[in-house]
Formats: sequence, structure tokens, C-alpha cells
Amino acid sequence: MPIKKVMKANEAAAWAAKLAKPKVIAAFPITPSTLVPEKISEFIADGELDAEFIKVESEHSAISACVGASAAGVRTFTATASQGLALMHEILFIAAGMRLPIVIAVGNRSLSAPINIWNDWQDSISERDTGWIQFYAENNQEALDLIIAAYKAAEDERVLLPAMVGFDAFILTHTVEPVEIPDQEVVDEFLGEYVPKHAYVDPKRPITQGSLGFPAHYMETRYKVWEAMENAREVIKEVFDKFEKTFGRRYHIIEEYKTDDAEIVLVTMGSLAGTVKEFVDKKREEGVKIGAAKITVYRPFPIEEIRALAKKTKVLALLEKDISFSVGGAVFADTSRALINEKEKPIILDFILGLGGRDVTFQNLEEVVDIAKKALEEGVKEEVYWIGLRKEIL
Amino acid sequence: MEIPENVKKRLSLPFEENFYAGHTACQGCGAALGLRYVLKAYGKKAIFTIPACCSTIIAGPWPYSAFNAPLFHTAFETTGAVISGIEAALKAKGYKVKGEDGIMVIGWAGDGGTADIGLQALSGFLERGHDGLYIMYDNEAYMNTGIQRSSSTPYGAWTTNTPGGKKHFLERRHKKKVIDIVIAHKIPYAATASVAFPEDFMKKLKKAQKIPGPSFIQLFAPCPTGWRSPTDKSIEIARLAVQTAYFPLFEYENGKYKINMPSTKKEPKPIEEFLKLQGRFKYMSKDDIEVLQKWVLHEWEELKKKAEVFG
Repeated sequence: MPIKKVMKANEAAAWAAKLAKPKVIAAFPITPSTLVPEKISEFIADGELDAEFIKVESEHSAISACVGASAAGVRTFTATASQGLALMHEILFIAAGMRLPIVIAVGNRSLSAPINIWNDWQDSISERDTGWIQFYAENNQEALDLIIAAYKAAEDERVLLPAMVGFDAFILTHTVEPVEIPDQEVVDEFLGEYVPKHAYVDPKRPITQGSLGFPAHYMETRYKVWEAMENAREVIKEVFDKFEKTFGRRYHIIEEYKTDDAEIVLVTMGSLAGTVKEFVDKKREEGVKIGAAKITVYRPFPIEEIRALAKKTKVLALLEKDISFSVGGAVFADTSRALINEKEKPIILDFILGLGGRDVTFQNLEEVVDIAKKALEEGVKEEVYWIGLRKEIL
Repeated sequence: MEIPENVKKRLSLPFEENFYAGHTACQGCGAALGLRYVLKAYGKKAIFTIPACCSTIIAGPWPYSAFNAPLFHTAFETTGAVISGIEAALKAKGYKVKGEDGIMVIGWAGDGGTADIGLQALSGFLERGHDGLYIMYDNEAYMNTGIQRSSSTPYGAWTTNTPGGKKHFLERRHKKKVIDIVIAHKIPYAATASVAFPEDFMKKLKKAQKIPGPSFIQLFAPCPTGWRSPTDKSIEIARLAVQTAYFPLFEYENGKYKINMPSTKKEPKPIEEFLKLQGRFKYMSKDDIEVLQKWVLHEWEELKKKAEVFG
């Protein structure tokens, strides 16, 4: 029987890793993710997890060691955040290009400068073009579940791409919630063992991996990653279906909330979705036709789901904790791409908020709704808004 | 041509070739020779990890490979970390790694990829005690990118970013003693070797296989292209590097230093003999040569002392 424990998202991630039984874990401490490998060390120390733990000297080496281990044919795991993920950047491309289904737990944190250890999504959002699947968790249960789902999707032969699962720094990483821990046998059954057939370092098979690809071949390898990411759309749906059947919890690529007759839909990710849903309830009581949508799978970007959502509403208001300077948020850019050739499309507005751990309050969301209403009545004046800026200190 | 078995047995190096003709090294390349010897030593027991360097090219572009062994290409600075991961995974899968007949997890990186950008990952690999072998093939500059100085480039050398010129802008720093940094990790086995002394190299490769824990070999590997030397002089230059004590052959085994033949044999030859075959040193003044000579002899004395005290 599954048991319920009160735990932080970091612990939930460690539990997920334990349940997935990676053979090699390589990790380096960084706030707010340090507790993940710490907890895993305890599992190993207590004989509850049989894995090699490589205590590397940097995140760059953490992901490099995972690349080596995954290429040698075993399931691998690491956890990081912020600067650590940024330090991994070049190797993230290699992991995807070599089609190694590594899974990273990311405690989503801002990037320096200035130094800031609190939550936003700039770290993983900045890795959106590396060829990694990206999931964002709303709560600690999702952190655990999505890591298990991530392995299932990443290791699927139609995909074979690495995956990262983001959960918000401190808001989730350091906050306790009740989390249901599935039974080991059920997870074993769900995931199976990772047995790569495509390419792996094996003394019995002298093959070369990752060699120089001339212009005559390079582009096709990139196309194969594109194709794999396209395949991931369907595979993730299948994984979520099977997940529900196995564990009883339903996940959606985009989770919609009270969107059916909504004139304004607030679209967001991560733990902010919880706040937004509550806010929607409040506004509904006031008679405002408003809904919410949570993007659980950010890569592959849910183009069809965004189009379906767009058909239902007049304003898509994106609430983002990331910024691509001179453009707006990355989700805004992606959403615009999804709708660019649609004949009928809603107004798309982008709201940058909550950077570096700034609280997102109902007052902020009221401001968002006011701007959205105004755009609906008077037309769009600007696309990108910074919400909650302390103008007095600028 | 078929070689009789009894002749094969008398050869000083294994007969079997696992590094094939058709590789893309320059003529007279020391690194290519080194790879050939390593593949001879371990045969199919070797798993190579190679960062972005000359050897990436030498091995051949997709879909070709000159290696009859698993070969994993990785990013410039990651060799130490990747071999750590491979070793851990093979162990988890139940393979015997290192030891008699054990699988050799080998990192094969140049001096830039080791002494400079890969130093941190190397240190991690050594410090954590992985069962692997890291070979730094030392051609004393970034050759693959077009002959830029590395921290392993010697005093007085011309490179494309120490080009001599009117202001006498040559390399002004002495060669970094990477092996001393390695030994500071107190690993069980570290050694220098040279492509001019393949039997000695082979012996060290075998030792590295038997001794558990991390091993490190710094292999002197001439680069005619970067050293502006005749392609048929690579072995002679490598031999002179040893004979002048510029690159002495020695081992560090479980805390003990041992200077190997022929470095023990005679008093070092003058450094000019090593320098004069190479165009990269042609801008050196007499004073420059004196500076280098003094350094070489000082380092040689230091090594002899170490072998004397900790022999």
C-alpha cells in the first residue's frame, strides 16, 4: 500500500529517484537543491538504494559523469538549480544529442547577478533549446510523480531524450506537504529496467559515439532530436494515461481550470498555478469570467493544447517568472508561435512577475486582470508588463 | 604477410593492431603512435573517452573510426568526469574494472584538455579514487585549434599566440609540471612516458592496469606540425627530450619515486640538442637557452633528490 509522508519537494524528488532505482547518481551541492542528493546519500547509507554516488567537484562534472554513466547503459539521476544548471549548459546539448535519457530535478531558482537564491524559472527556461523535455511541478506530490513520469517518457524508444523536472525554490523545495509514496513494486512495474538498445559504451561492442559530424550529417542528427521531441508529445500523453491507471493521479500537458466560459485565462506554471486557481475562485465569486491554465509540460511545447485553449477565450494572460530581454517571457514567445497562423486568436498579454523570489499576491493578479480587461475593451497598447515592480527604488 | 607465431612472441610489443590505418593524423604525429600503443596494450579491454582535441579528428569523422575499441567523444573539459561516470556504471553492471584482465576505462586527452581546461575534472577523478587511467598526451600546445600556447608549452617556444616578433614575444613561462599536481593527489600510480620508448610505455600501461585506483600517464608526443619539425624526426626529438632530461622518464608508485632507463643512464645532454631540431625554438636567444637549460637541470636535480629520498 502506498504510504503518505509529510515532506519537502526536495525529499519527494529524492524519493522519486529512490523509486526509479538509478544505478549512478552524480551531484554537487547547490541551494536550494542540496537536500535532494543529501537524502539520496542517506538512502544509500541505509542500504535502501543500491547505486554508485559520485560526489563530483562541480555541476559540470555532475552532468558529465551522468553522460558517461548513461552512455554506459544505466539509469542516472542528478539534481541542481540556477548557476549549477547554467554550468551544465554545454553538456545538456551533448546529453540530448547523444540521446541519453538522464533525469535532472531542478529546484527552480533565479540566476545571478545579483546573487539571489530564491525562486523563478530563469534557470530551466534558459535551457529550453538544449533538447531536454521539461516538466514543471505545482506541488510536492507532482515533483515526485513527474520525476517518475519523466523517466518513463525519456527512456521510451520513440523519444530517448533527457528530461528535467522543475519545482519552485523554497516555495516547494523547502516547504512540507503530505506526499503519497507509491509502492516500489508498482513503480518497478511501471518503469521497468532501463535497457538501452540504441548506443552504449560496452567493452563487447567497439562502437564510437559522439564523433565529429560533418555538415553532410550534422543537420540530420539535429532533425532526429526534433523528431524525438515531436514524438514525446504522444508518448507523454501515453505516460500520463498509464500513470493514472497505475497510481490514480491524473496529469495533463496543460491543466485547465474553469476555462469553459472564461473571457480571460491566466496561464502559468509551477507552484504559481495554485495561487492562480485560488484567485480564479475568488474572481468567479465576484462574477468575473476568468479561468486558469497550468503548463505541466513546457518542452515539447504544447502547441495543440494552447490552440485548443485559445479557442475558448478572449485573452490569454501569461504569468511568467522568466524574461527573454527585448522579447518578454519565453512562454509568451512560444504561445505566440503556437497561435501565429490561427485565423481567430485571443489577445495575448505577457506579465513578468515573481522574479528572484518576489511574492506574487492577489493584488498583483488583480492588476493583471485589470490590464487584461482594459486590453479587451480598448485594444492592446503594450504586450509585456512587469508586475509588482517597486518603481520607487528604480 | 603472415608472421609465424614464434616470431610474434619474440616481438617487444604485442603484434595485434587495434588502431587501424586510415586514421587522419598528420605525418609524424606522436599522439597517433601513442594511441596505437595503448590499443596494443589493452586490445579489446579498453574503453576510450576523448575530449575535443586532435584525437577527435585522428579517430575519424562519422561514420568512420580508426579504433577497434569503444570510443566516447566528449566536451573539452570533461574527460575526468566522464570516465568517472563510465567506471561507476560498468561497476554497477558488474564488470571487472582494472586489475589483471580487467576493463580499462581510459581518458585520453591533450595537454590543454588536461593541464588547463580539464584540470578540475581530472582532479576530481584522481581525488575520488576511480579505477581508471588518464593519459595526457603532451604535445605542448593547443595543436587542434592551430598551435596556441598551453600551460604545458615550454619557455622560449614559438606558438601562434607567442609569435616572437620584434618585441621578442615568445612563451615566457616554464612548462607546468602537471605530473606534480597529479602526484599531490597521492594516487597509487603516476608516470611519464615517451613515444620514443614504447617498451617502457607498454610496461607502464600494464602496471596501470594491475594497480587499483586512479592512474595517470603523461606521454610525451611530438607534433611536427606545431613544433615546426621534420616529420621523420619525431622519435629522435622525443628521445632527445629524455636524454637532455627535459622530459625524464619516471614513475611514482605508492609514494615512491623511480627514475626509469634511459633517464638514469648518463648525464643529461645539452638542451640545444633537443631544441635545434625544432623550428618552434628558433627565435630563442643564447640567454633564453641558458634560462631553459638552468630550469631543466634544476627540475632534474629535484627529481633525482625525490628518487633518492623517496625511492
